[in-house]
Amino acid sequence: MSEQASAQRDRPGETRRTVIQGALAGGLAGLGLAGTAPLSRARAAADAGKWPKDAFSEKTEAAAINALYGKTAEASDKVSLDAPEIAENGAVVPISVSTTLPDVTSIAIIVSENPFPLAANYQIPAGTSAMVANRLKMAKTSKVIALVQSGGKVFSASKEVKVTVGGCGG
Amino acid sequence: MRAVASGDTTEVQALVQHPMDSGFIKDAKGNLIPPHYIEVMEFQHAGKTVFTAFWGPAVAKDPYVKFSFKGAQKGDDLTISWVDNKGQSDSLAGKIQ
Repeated sequence: MSEQASAQRDRPGETRRTVIQGALAGGLAGLGLAGTAPLSRARAAADAGKWPKDAFSEKTEAAAINALYGKTAEASDKVSLDAPEIAENGAVVPISVSTTLPDVTSIAIIVSENPFPLAANYQIPAGTSAMVANRLKMAKTSKVIALVQSGGKVFSASKEVKVTVGGCGG
Repeated sequence: MRAVASGDTTEVQALVQHPMDSGFIKDAKGNLIPPHYIEVMEFQHAGKTVFTAFWGPAVAKDPYVKFSFKGAQKGDDLTISWVDNKGQSDSLAGKIQ
């Protein structure tokens, strides 16, 4: 064990959940991710203080959008939301968002009927593509909204996703 | 994590082992499992944050995310760090392929 790894292990409050590599190769294989890179311990730390708690605590889509941006979103055909028509398992619903809009600074995804509608919000710095794919939980059939912040405005696209078996908690 | 450079663009796919408990699901005894989910996950290349995920409890168990960024080369380090709502955290680095 390296000195750095040892220090990491001795730090209280830390877990050793690992980014999936060898131990969960099955999961990666399931995704078709061959040839994952080996991982080593690093010193970087995510800043919990930046998490937008208010927006994630809101109970309606309108309140979550207002908490995120302080303004409403404008529907745009330049925002592309890729989600299944029917999600048989609401615990794992693959959803991706991309856009051809310029100067994108963030992409957020809302599941309107979830207890807390805001599911994820991604910061897109200059040099990073305006695209993200992830997997969300859906409590029941719901409208899913993709939100893109571009040039100081907020644009959206939405789609109804039918959920056969709800998966609020996985 | 899989990060593959093709030309000037690096595509990153990451899968993290985490329960992402929403706080709305009951255990076998009928007790609610308390919420336990990653709130912030940051990806850094060459000292610069290239992507930040803010997540709520609606992100699926063992979260997966895919994004792309420019400016990295094969062999560069890409660092992932995350912190969850219980204050647990981790940070790992992998090579871009």
